[in-house]
Amino acid sequence: MWTLAGIAVIVAGFMLRFNPLLVIVVSALVTGLVAGLDLHAIIAAFGKAFNDSRYVSVVWIVLPVIGLLEAFGLQERARGLIAGLKGATVGRLLTGYLLIRQATAALGLTSVAGHPQTVRPLVAPMAEAAAQQQKGTLSEDESETVKAYAAATDNVGLFFGEDIFLAIGSILLMKGLLEQYGIILDPFELSVWAIPTAIAALLIHGFRLWRLDRRLAGK
Amino acid sequence: MITLTYVYWLAGAAFAAYSLLGLRNKRPGNAAFWGLLALSMFAGDRLGDFGNGLLVLGLVGIAGFGGLKRAEGDEVAITVKQERAKRHGNGLFAIALIIPAVALIGTLLFKRVPEWIDPKQVTLISLALGVLLALAVGYVRLRPAPMLPIQQGSRLIDSVGWAAILPQMLASLGAVFALAGVGDVVGGLAGQAIPQGSLIGAVLAYGLGMALFTMVMGNAFAAFPVMVAAIGMPLLIKQYGGDPAIVCAIGMLAGFCGTLMTPMAANFNLVPAALLELKDKNGVIKAQIGTALPLLAVNIALIYLLAFR
Repeated sequence: MWTLAGIAVIVAGFMLRFNPLLVIVVSALVTGLVAGLDLHAIIAAFGKAFNDSRYVSVVWIVLPVIGLLEAFGLQERARGLIAGLKGATVGRLLTGYLLIRQATAALGLTSVAGHPQTVRPLVAPMAEAAAQQQKGTLSEDESETVKAYAAATDNVGLFFGEDIFLAIGSILLMKGLLEQYGIILDPFELSVWAIPTAIAALLIHGFRLWRLDRRLAGK
Repeated sequence: MITLTYVYWLAGAAFAAYSLLGLRNKRPGNAAFWGLLALSMFAGDRLGDFGNGLLVLGLVGIAGFGGLKRAEGDEVAITVKQERAKRHGNGLFAIALIIPAVALIGTLLFKRVPEWIDPKQVTLISLALGVLLALAVGYVRLRPAPMLPIQQGSRLIDSVGWAAILPQMLASLGAVFALAGVGDVVGGLAGQAIPQGSLIGAVLAYGLGMALFTMVMGNAFAAFPVMVAAIGMPLLIKQYGGDPAIVCAIGMLAGFCGTLMTPMAANFNLVPAALLELKDKNGVIKAQIGTALPLLAVNIALIYLLAFR
């Protein structure tokens, strides 16, 4: 039971709004100490894992390009494009993006889009522009909500599209794990069962986007 | 052969540039933070495990006690941007789309030349190539001041701040959890919580357990082997004869619903809030809960209805 002390540290630390980096290090220390590791071993284990997962932070190399394009008006151009379209709404725009994101992820193209690459420079400003067309001016809260929905739509599309692709990490993880139990499956037999949930995700999130349109129109 | 090492060097160069700009703008905390990260990218393999651990403690020490200052000031005036947007028009999109296009083409093509390019890392290598190509085209077409991309990149990374390394830190914490056997304990607890002989109870415990444990770990990949070992394999598949493909595939997706609802999945939930400069750090999670909860219910129902026909 004491092994879970680190999880308690994480939950409490996040709820009390300490700096998450501090919370993570304290949680690792507590978990390691409870498991009987000494301080040197815990620091070394964390250091090794940090070095092994550097690829996670590589994505930040896109920022100079995004920054350059934004300085030359990429967000303004994205807004202008939407402002020129009659009948553009946040809901329609984001539902379209959801479909594209699900479809490309289902083909294995997961890093074609993403928060630094597409949401910040393109999707979020387009969504804001569409909302402004619907409502005139946006309050700060409404603008926050629209931007948050843009990011949420990217996540939903990615998560509930990618597992339809055969060679994605999670499908390979399932195949490998089942093999350890002596069950041999083709990746295709697994990935086909991601389709019902993908459809449900499109319907549920699409419905919520339609309601977002109604809320913006109603006020 | 082109490996991830070159991509790390490129990232190291970018972080080193942010660090130097931090020095010039009299923000020593930022300079030290991005400098340490540049060191990790350039020389992480030569620092040793303990050395890397000390580097992490340095990063946390700077960020945890308010050493990182937010970006300010040098943003280009909105009127200038509007004027430039008119002038360059849709060409801006073309440059922006170079990155995903190269990532796409590279991912498909580079796998055919495993002797030149590490086939396991084609996506990140393609992403890096796309960035370099987009920068080159940007310089030629837009003719910016030479330092502008790095200055703007520095401003953006400073607005993301310490959240930039949160995903990497959480991945590392997962490794320490695995070392301490956290998964086995949670799996044991979940296994005990199920009433005997109830199929629907077992399916509920499996689906909810997957989502909850994913929320704690921030990652469905960490939760999945634990829940399959605790409930999926012994109960759903062996005892009740469930279809293993359905139990696993939809079980993983129940975990993904958990990912939508947790600050621990920082790269999907907290980093975009920082990138979009939302006031509410949990704004993205709040926008997702209304999708995640019904979808979790759908997933549990799908397992119950499809796996035991």
